[in-house]
Amino acid sequence: MKMYLSSIFADPERTARLIDIAQSSFLPLLKGAIFYTIPLTIITFIVGMVLAIVTALARISHVRIFQIIARIYVSAIRGTPLLVQLFIIFYGLPTLGIIIDSYLAAVIGFSLSVGAYTSEIIRAAILSTPKGQWEAGYSIGMSYSQVLRRIILPQAARVSLPPLSNSFISLVKDTSLASLVLVSEMFRKAQEIAASNYEFLLVYSEAALIYWVICFILSVIQQMLEKKLDRYV
Amino acid sequence: MISIQGLYKQFGKLEVLKGIDLEVEKGNVVVVIGPSGSGKTTMLRCLNILETPTKGVISIESQTLDFSGTVPKKNIAAFRRLTGMVFQSYNLFPHKTALENVMEGPVIVKNENKESARKKAQTLLEKVGLGDKIDYYPVQLSGGQQQRVGIARALAMDPKVMLFDEPTSALDPELVGEVLKVMKDLANEGMTMIVVTHEMRFAREAADEVIFMDQGVVVERNKPEEIFTNPKEERTRKFLNMIQ
Ligand SMILES: Nc1ncnc2c1ncn2[C@@H]1O[C@H](COP(=O)(O)OP(=O)(O)OP(=O)(O)O)[C@@H](O)[C@H]1O
Ligand SMILES: [Mg+2]
Repeated sequence: MKMYLSSIFADPERTARLIDIAQSSFLPLLKGAIFYTIPLTIITFIVGMVLAIVTALARISHVRIFQIIARIYVSAIRGTPLLVQLFIIFYGLPTLGIIIDSYLAAVIGFSLSVGAYTSEIIRAAILSTPKGQWEAGYSIGMSYSQVLRRIILPQAARVSLPPLSNSFISLVKDTSLASLVLVSEMFRKAQEIAASNYEFLLVYSEAALIYWVICFILSVIQQMLEKKLDRYV
Repeated sequence: MISIQGLYKQFGKLEVLKGIDLEVEKGNVVVVIGPSGSGKTTMLRCLNILETPTKGVISIESQTLDFSGTVPKKNIAAFRRLTGMVFQSYNLFPHKTALENVMEGPVIVKNENKESARKKAQTLLEKVGLGDKIDYYPVQLSGGQQQRVGIARALAMDPKVMLFDEPTSALDPELVGEVLKVMKDLANEGMTMIVVTHEMRFAREAADEVIFMDQGVVVERNKPEEIFTNPKEERTRKFLNMIQ
């Protein structure tokens, strides 16, 4: 540590080189974040939420087979490492002749994961909405899907906002695993840059800083949303 | 106008309604009284098909549902629109304002144009004395105000019959009057109503008929003055003594 620091500051040439690397790697890292990490997070979260809602509804439905399928899905995803799932999709499926491009493989893997984990959050939120809300909706003639969309899910959204925000923030960080299935997101960019100049500490720290800033901004947005939704409770 | 014939409802092994027969004339107000667990709520919920009767025939105006066979979902939806339900615990939609609560049914279920639905909702809220509260959320309203929004919400669907399940029993005593007044006004306008309540003054002043239920059957029915002063059945007399 001491040696590292003194090597930076004692040697003006090295200091200049590090500043240069920090500057020149910043843009590629940022691009990796803007063109890959962030869109990958957003797309998988949206697909994952749709899966989560469907899974939650299947779990609370009275149709046995839906319940069973949903349970198996959630159990399988929660019971296996995300990295292993990604490897199966990207490296494993080609064995069966199913060849999936790395970005799509990442989208599928992360969406399945988000879908399984957040389905439990959504299920709990739906169940926490009082039964009287369903009945009030039915009593004015609404159908199941109308009550669900207009009455139950908006209330469930409020309850599940904090845990869903946590999932979203975790997802931002988890997308770094996509580097291992060759998606050129921010962390893969960082690996490539570091491999060429051997300044691992600097480059990885820079990537960490960008993750941190993104997550910080997200948590600010989360707080604003929670305030906004608070007016009904 | 409303007729219930041989209505049975069972929850598992528990038989709650054991053959209810009831006719209600158009424009009449029927008050239902009876001990806890006698099946009053269950009967109202069957009329609104929030519970599916085990068997029996119910009809309102020209629509009839016969529960001895399977009843198509579509018929249930159409039937439900004939009745408006007011719940003991209001059950307003907490994420919608008073106005939005009232507009929801007309706009979403009846596909009414938003503007005209808004005007109608506003008129209804004025009618229940909440013209100045239309943009309030339920949490910002007292229990009595929430229940009046609940009444307006049910009325917005233009029901043929209004069903009230102990609409004032969750309210602080000083708020009961404002809700009963709205209900009396409705009765005076000729709305057909079935009201489960223990408010005997309301029964005396507004009811055309009082029904006493016990253990899943209608024990006695009569004009309010008759049933209160001169009950024919022993069970009715006991119950009235207990609550008065
Ligand atoms: N969903 C249900 N599942 C099982 N039992 C039920 C259900 N709903 C009602 N019951 C039972 O049916 C009986 C009648 O209930 P109901 O609510 O109709 O009575 P009530 O006359 O409205 O009583 P109260 O004056 O207390 O409101 C009770 O024994 C109750 O426990
Ligand atoms: Mg009851």
